[in-house]
Amino acid sequence: MYAQLIKADTSQREEDAARTQAFQRRIDAGEKIEPKDWMPEGYRRTLIRQIGQHAHSEIVGQLPEGNWISRAPTLERKTILLAKVQDEAGHGLYLYCAAETLGVSRDEMTEMLLDERMKYSSIFNYPTLTWADMGAVGWLVDGAAIMNQVPLQRTSYGPYARAMIRICKEESFHQRQGFDIMNQLAKGTPAQKTMAQNALDRFWYPALMMFGPPDSDSVHSEQNMAWKIKMNGNDELRQKFVDLTVPQAEYLGLTIPDETLQWNEEKGGYDFAGPDWGEFFDVIKGNGPCNKERLEARRKAWEDGAWVRDGLLAHAKKKARRAAQEAA
Amino acid sequence: MTASTENALFQCLLRLGDNTLILGHRLGEWCGHAPALEEDIALANTALDLMGQTRHWLTLAGTIEGQGRSEDDLAMLRDVWDFRNVLLVEQPNRDYGHTLMRQYLFDHYHLLMLHGLCDSSDSRLADIAAKSVKEVTYHAERSAELVIALGDGTEESHRRMQDALDRLFPFVGEMFETDAIDETMAQSGIAPLPSSLRPAFDTQLDQVLAEATLSKPTDDFAHQGGRTGSRHSEHLGHLLSSMQWLQRAYPGAQW
Repeated sequence: MYAQLIKADTSQREEDAARTQAFQRRIDAGEKIEPKDWMPEGYRRTLIRQIGQHAHSEIVGQLPEGNWISRAPTLERKTILLAKVQDEAGHGLYLYCAAETLGVSRDEMTEMLLDERMKYSSIFNYPTLTWADMGAVGWLVDGAAIMNQVPLQRTSYGPYARAMIRICKEESFHQRQGFDIMNQLAKGTPAQKTMAQNALDRFWYPALMMFGPPDSDSVHSEQNMAWKIKMNGNDELRQKFVDLTVPQAEYLGLTIPDETLQWNEEKGGYDFAGPDWGEFFDVIKGNGPCNKERLEARRKAWEDGAWVRDGLLAHAKKKARRAAQEAA
Repeated sequence: MTASTENALFQCLLRLGDNTLILGHRLGEWCGHAPALEEDIALANTALDLMGQTRHWLTLAGTIEGQGRSEDDLAMLRDVWDFRNVLLVEQPNRDYGHTLMRQYLFDHYHLLMLHGLCDSSDSRLADIAAKSVKEVTYHAERSAELVIALGDGTEESHRRMQDALDRLFPFVGEMFETDAIDETMAQSGIAPLPSSLRPAFDTQLDQVLAEATLSKPTDDFAHQGGRTGSRHSEHLGHLLSSMQWLQRAYPGAQW
């Protein structure tokens, strides 16, 4: 009996190894993995974590910008901001749907966000204090997000890749509207220009943190790269972001808050100061300026909304029952 | 058009534009806080439609007035006494039940008004109404469905919807109030008389409330003072202090 068990276990392992190799060959050949395909448990788990975290970031990310919908300065700006924050909710929805194809429900993921088993992007734990922050968030935060997300359009998991194609289109519009707000402020009154510079000063380093810790300190990278869940190194994307953003700041006449910033001819990119990683890990641990408020707001929305969700469900059941009775 | 008709038209356009502006603003306050993602998106959609309509109404109001005021001048630089929205739309969001009930009551009045405006003798109004009526048809369908679903849902959802109806019903009457401005508009064939819309509203309300198992309050007392600007609620001042803050704090700046 015992020998049989060992034999079964070994053959199971051999079978899994063969499947894993075949799976990797499909990824290497650029094939997309679809929901019903076999996949290693680690691949599934990692994707749920990554897509879930991304979905939560969209939802929590509604809050810092939603903070200014009521105070937007013109009807046009109010409309654009409202549409933008609505897009974020839509992105959350596609991403939760993509994650659901991996066997986890949206409600389960929401519970995991609310009891802090799952995370969201640390950037949304920073406060939006002025109207210029709507500019800085669009320009820098969405700009950094695009840098991270464009490569994910080619990620190996089909539903995720397809969601990212749609999301990236909208994000590039978001980034442009953020830049447009900054541009208007930068060429505005002295007070508006101060407002714009102040927003850049506060969001520059948090935006650099969005690419994650230096590659030398980053966990999970190698396996995720092989699986094409992660497509580029953190440092490479951060460099690309800085190289693209510095000329834009110059165009705006704003100053990047980094005295060491300098063009390096040899590498064909800027040398720049990294963010304070101590602060980054503090924020991740829950000690950012707005972590408590963000989760509080999400918990309140979820708890206060329970009667609405229950009511809708109860009515749908009653309606179905009545329809069945009529049919009988 | 005589000067007095022009002035009445200006007031009529402010009533239309202020209703959609204030309600759109209130819906925007939900963004990121709704009970489900689908509801968050739907509320933002409704708010976006209302803001779009606001921009048309207020721009036209500024043109009729002829003082060079833009949509933003009208939205951001008037004080409470100059606002002409009905009291219903400035009521705070409170819980989701109040938000939906407020929406339902307004949507059905709004839809009837827009249908009437589609036949306006003034093509500028008819054009805006024709565009808006498509959007508001959907708003009205959605809010009626939700009022029915939650009225008929659980014991708690029923109780909350009944509370919302009891609280908001005294703000229904004002939407159908008719004064000299409305008379002038009706005589010129520009806009329907609000009181003429009430029978159709009541018929529809009775049907929806019956399906929702909700009881219409028996007291038909109606608060007044929003659409004439004679006495708004305290809520409007707080709404304006958020909405107008940047324009007030940085006069003359471009955004």
